[in-house]
Amino acid sequence: MSFVRFAVTLLIPVWLAAAAAAAATPSLKAGAFEPPRQAPDFVLRGSDGSDLTLGRYRGKVVLLSFGFTHCPAVCPTTLATLAQARSALGSAADRVQVVFVTVDPERDSPAQLKSYLAAFDAGFVGGTGKPEVLAAMRRNYGVVAEKVPVGDSYAVDHTSSIFLIDREGRLSALMPYGRDAKDFVHDVKLLLAK
Amino acid sequence: MRDGRVRAGWRTFAMRASALAAAGLVIALAWAALAPIEPASRDQLFEIPPGTWARRMAGDKVEILPDTVRLTLGIKDVLLLRNLDDVPQVFGPALIMPGQSFRLPFEVASTYSFACTAHAKGAMSVIVEPGPAKGWPTLRWRTLQWLQRTPT
Repeated sequence: MSFVRFAVTLLIPVWLAAAAAAAATPSLKAGAFEPPRQAPDFVLRGSDGSDLTLGRYRGKVVLLSFGFTHCPAVCPTTLATLAQARSALGSAADRVQVVFVTVDPERDSPAQLKSYLAAFDAGFVGGTGKPEVLAAMRRNYGVVAEKVPVGDSYAVDHTSSIFLIDREGRLSALMPYGRDAKDFVHDVKLLLAK
Repeated sequence: MRDGRVRAGWRTFAMRASALAAAGLVIALAWAALAPIEPASRDQLFEIPPGTWARRMAGDKVEILPDTVRLTLGIKDVLLLRNLDDVPQVFGPALIMPGQSFRLPFEVASTYSFACTAHAKGAMSVIVEPGPAKGWPTLRWRTLQWLQRTPT
């Protein structure tokens, strides 16, 4: 009996220490900025017909992506992943907003963005604007975009990472292209719990 | 007669000591081959020192982050970039403000490419390799670390 008590006494602190280690502050799967800065705001023409600003989504987690509707692979993959993540979030999806900002304003009108994004998730919002406005926004976020000729047309090489902006409008993290939907779900839940 | 007993005693002692040493060696090797590697830090840190922007503006070719960064899962699998300069810098995949850090963990062995205007090529790669498997690879890894006296 005394041995059992001794073993239990010995094991409880070990178990508590292990539990504490397991419950230690979980970290983001994305690349985290420390300390996070306020995400630069912007005013674009939204695919929903109204002005698209970051302030509009204060209180939600914003997943901000840059791309273009003629993108052959990277953008569709990213948007499909984000749609999958939102679906997996269930009711929490209402507190997440995906914003897709074009790097190709010549071809991406608000209407074009709207029909393109609806194929992934009707809740996604696209943004476009004057080239100089979009260029300034890209500079603020450290995003690159370069037009490259492809046959008679062109494509745009661009940053493929996705920005994670918390409910207070802070630029918290950057998810590299190619990560699974479950990584987004994990990080969005963490940001929503903050 | 007494000398013979002393010699036999010493022989027995030497044999037992050798057996003990051999057992100790086997245990040490088994530990080195099978125990999980627990590094003190999994961060691979790169820092932009103060004055980097000024040096670049003065024409110095300052390369801080290599074109290719190699990481090892479970050992060094977190890319930690820190900007100690007094201006924002595009450093690897991120725009990092003065005094800010960017901490990017990796969980899958692969090659990752990022656009990076800080590099002449406009891109950088992060190659994440799997950590050594238990057994001989872990033993070899620990031996190399010990020989290089690199703290983990």
